[in-house]
Amino acid sequence: MDTKRLIIVAVGGQGNLLASRVLGEAALLQGIPVHMSEIHGMAQRGGVVESSIVFGDAESTIISDGEADVFVSFEPSEALRALGRCKKETVTITNLSPLPPFTVAIGKGVYPEIDNVTELLAEKTKRLIAFDAVKLAEEAGNVLSVNMVLLGALIETGVLPVNAEAIREAISTKTKKAFVDVNLKAFELGFAEAAKH
Amino acid sequence: MHKLLTDNPGQKMLMLGNEAIARGAIEAGVAFTASYPGTPSSEISLNFFQMSKESDLYFEYSINEKVSVEVSAAAANCGVRSMCVMKHVGMNVAADALLTLAYIGVTGGMVILTADDPFMFSSQNEQDNRYYGKLAGLPVLEPSSVAEAKEMTKQAFELSEALGEPVILRTTTRINHSTGVVELGDITERKTKGDFIKDPMRCVTVPAVSRGLHVKLLANLAKAEEIACTSPMNRVDGEGTLGIIVNGVSYSYVKDGLKDLGATDKVKVLRLGFSNPLPKELVLGFIKGCEKVLVVEEGEPFMEEAVKAVAQENGLTLPICGKGEHLFSRLYEFDPKMVRNIMASCFELAPVPSQSVDTSNVPEIPNRPPNLCAGCSHRATFYAVKQATQGMDVIFPSDIGCYTLGFMPPLSTGDFVLCMGASTSTSAGFSTVTDKKVISFVGDSTFFHSGIMGLMNAVFNNHNFTLVILDNRITGMTGHQPNPGVDMDEMGFEGYNSIDIEGLVKAAGVKHVSVVRPYNLKKSIAAIKEAVEFEGVSVVIAKEKCTLYAKSLKQLTGKKFQVNPDKCKNHRDCIDTIACPAFTTEGGRVRINEEMCAGCAICAQICPENAILPVKK
Repeated sequence: MDTKRLIIVAVGGQGNLLASRVLGEAALLQGIPVHMSEIHGMAQRGGVVESSIVFGDAESTIISDGEADVFVSFEPSEALRALGRCKKETVTITNLSPLPPFTVAIGKGVYPEIDNVTELLAEKTKRLIAFDAVKLAEEAGNVLSVNMVLLGALIETGVLPVNAEAIREAISTKTKKAFVDVNLKAFELGFAEAAKH
Repeated sequence: MHKLLTDNPGQKMLMLGNEAIARGAIEAGVAFTASYPGTPSSEISLNFFQMSKESDLYFEYSINEKVSVEVSAAAANCGVRSMCVMKHVGMNVAADALLTLAYIGVTGGMVILTADDPFMFSSQNEQDNRYYGKLAGLPVLEPSSVAEAKEMTKQAFELSEALGEPVILRTTTRINHSTGVVELGDITERKTKGDFIKDPMRCVTVPAVSRGLHVKLLANLAKAEEIACTSPMNRVDGEGTLGIIVNGVSYSYVKDGLKDLGATDKVKVLRLGFSNPLPKELVLGFIKGCEKVLVVEEGEPFMEEAVKAVAQENGLTLPICGKGEHLFSRLYEFDPKMVRNIMASCFELAPVPSQSVDTSNVPEIPNRPPNLCAGCSHRATFYAVKQATQGMDVIFPSDIGCYTLGFMPPLSTGDFVLCMGASTSTSAGFSTVTDKKVISFVGDSTFFHSGIMGLMNAVFNNHNFTLVILDNRITGMTGHQPNPGVDMDEMGFEGYNSIDIEGLVKAAGVKHVSVVRPYNLKKSIAAIKEAVEFEGVSVVIAKEKCTLYAKSLKQLTGKKFQVNPDKCKNHRDCIDTIACPAFTTEGGRVRINEEMCAGCAICAQICPENAILPVKK
């Protein structure tokens, strides 16, 4: 089986660990070998949280710079920060709703222009899917379902061997019961949105 | 039922490395477990804690790592399978017990897990704890994958009983915090009770006894080496005249790399999972057939030096490479591309071309450092201390926990951070040799862990400083584990006692003790001023529940705040002095992110225009 490498970056609290978990469970359901790695600890202190997920025949759980086949960013400036993870063939998905770091508020840095973010991502990677995932999460019924919206967009790209049906099942069985309906709706909205890009 | 107690052999489950280790221990029939939490090992303890609430597994959050090893050592000397879990630096705390326990040994299997943290994702150093195996004379096992972490945990118990010695299970962050598919095995029935057979000539380490025990330990080590030479944990893959010797997670990078380089028929690999004592015969047989050997190991040249010694003892002169220029670094962690490239250059193989995108025209992205949470009471305490000591030249020793983050501007309340508990003892040194005021910070859990010893030392030796105990009623940084000061009833657990910090501090002989609620700035500042004026050791206990913990208990009831734009004159005292992450700026004006605001009202007390007001619903 081909190896496919996925990097997800987010800000602590945005729920990328749950998105990774759902992907892993879906891979398990389909019998696809999966290895994941994530850095915990600082997640709830507002730092950057990164997950790497390797599907198919490989042993490593982490992904080196320039080796991601698909890249998902939950926050636009974080997409640029982690751009070095990509290669020319990478399919990139980013949420466009910004979460400026606190350093910007105290004048210790300048937040990049969103247009500049999308230009650079489009210029350097193969396909860019950029949209406001927060808006779609709100439409799904809960702003916290941004992770499921982006998961939907990710699956639409078809880069990963994981299919939508397995994801739906993993959402239904592995996310909190009270949120399953919202999560499923968010997933579908993200999937449909990606098809437009 | 807890998922790790699932009794369904053959079922495949997605598990975090730490879950796999906890499951391995359950399958081995572990009955007694103890831990002081520390990233990257924390989820092992958490799973033991959860399982102990619905089974006869014993688990305790011990006060520190040394205590966890000692309680487990006693259980293991009653024939009960025991395990204790710690992060790498915890092993330093436990080392006193560990090194002599190696002399005494165990009668039931005992596994000591050390989770090392190359790159220091959440640690103060990246020490390589394989050396503890060498120092103590104990076997060290190192899994290379999540699935193997479970199997090796079981094997560690068997090895421990075969040798009558505790076994060190050594992981790194990329094992603990990786996730993979694990197949469940049979669960061995737990034997929760044992008996202590008195044997003073083995268990009482007076010099005359220990002289004999050291002989026994060396004999055990020789036996361990013999086992390691034929253990399936040490295995050779592939063939060729080029050799790689590798341990731990690097094995996965080597395997992927050799495949990418198309070199699986040129390079053979010796994976050492049972890495201490070095299986010399096995290593000798492996390197004899090689023209060149590359040792791939994160951290120190632990195997490399031992392999070179084997070559020297046997008159072999083949090049053995590992650490060095153009080779591997002793710093940080490895990654697949790094390992692949070094294998290619060392063995003169055609490298895989880099596909990295050019990032030279990407603008600098503003940093996103971790920050104290919105509403964190530590921020309020730090602010109060700064206000109470305006104009004074103060040294602020701090300690290990969320509050270490107070070292960053604008709070700037951390000048010296060494190790768990050192705030109280370093304060004594600073105050003795400088004429400056010293105010130190320690969290509740760290105070119990080891900070209290420095405080008692300070009282006895009549030192002069103020200790602020940041009592947020929980162990915050590692994810809300209990400590001896925690109200366990509130957490929903019965059968515990609680230790009152104020009573403890007073009993230790501190003459000036005050307790403040940090959200009340005026009273806090006044109490800190008084404490600072006191000659001798004074203690201020800043007592307020961790905001995240309070939120999880649904106790966060404060109103959210917003800046009234008509009243605000843009002094920016709020944003400039407390740096709460709930502040944002819009068009040069300060706003509060209502989603994040925890309602602590610190900023409202600081604003000179009283422009920060509760949001009206």
